[in-house]
Amino acid sequence: MKFGVIVFPGSNCDHDAYHVLSKHVGQPVDFIWHKQTDLSEYDALVVPGGFSYGDYLRAGALARFSPVMNAVKNFAAQGKFVFGICNGFQILCEAGLLPGALIRNRDLHFVCRHIHLSVENENTPFTSEVESGKVLSIPIAHAEGNYVCDDETFQNLEENGQIVFRYCDENGAITDAANPNGARSNIAGICNENRNVLGMMPHPERACEGLLGSNDGRDIFRSLTKTIASING
Amino acid sequence: MKAKVYVTLKPGVLDPQGKAIHHSVELLGIEEITDIRQGKYFEIALDADLSETDARNTAENIAKNVLANPVIEDYRVEIVR
Repeated sequence: MKFGVIVFPGSNCDHDAYHVLSKHVGQPVDFIWHKQTDLSEYDALVVPGGFSYGDYLRAGALARFSPVMNAVKNFAAQGKFVFGICNGFQILCEAGLLPGALIRNRDLHFVCRHIHLSVENENTPFTSEVESGKVLSIPIAHAEGNYVCDDETFQNLEENGQIVFRYCDENGAITDAANPNGARSNIAGICNENRNVLGMMPHPERACEGLLGSNDGRDIFRSLTKTIASING
Repeated sequence: MKAKVYVTLKPGVLDPQGKAIHHSVELLGIEEITDIRQGKYFEIALDADLSETDARNTAENIAKNVLANPVIEDYRVEIVR
């Protein structure tokens, strides 16, 4: 099993993702510069957080045109796993790999703190190993995490079980007070219909060591690893 | 030949920056405004020998595929000789 972490100009959570994948997930991992177009040796890609292209125009808007992104689309079309975190989520939305868009936080602030996450669908390759009903504690760090989509898209997301994570309080209640950015229906992470592409605003790679306040991010990486292992036999 | 492209948030999409600007304007003592929405403006220089139709098509293509995100934004193109 091999992971790739895509590096755009301005990515800054690439090393965190690399660290977690190599140290805690314990799998081979490469950095993939955004000009690379051959992704054939990888089972899963992380599109990491940061400020690709300085967030010029819109967050994630210019990264979509990097040469690697066509390869990422083909990679996803083959059913392989693509995991967008924060700016990576924004990029996947801009690239059309996930529906909707992420706009400026409701209160305009850059919000950087631990939040609570409810796992809304435990039946995805990214959440299968999360203990049922567990409320995850994972940090967010973004100014554009306010998820928006039209009513039809929202209905499809709900009906298809594509809403994977919602912001909640420490008891798992999904309330407006627990919504850090104004995201529609407290959406923090969604997947595509095939469940092989996931985007989330919170940073699970920053929640893999007790020293940093939480280990809950490991549940997500462990789920993905186990899924890939079962596919690869 | 120049194309002017205006990108605006679709009606109903929250514009917290516009709201903050509106609030600041009210602090100036100007109270007769009901709303401010922030958008983006682009000037694209095009080859002088393009026809107006070709120039418009080119600018629309750029606006649709790069400058605006159709999920949240509308755009309008003006061609100026």
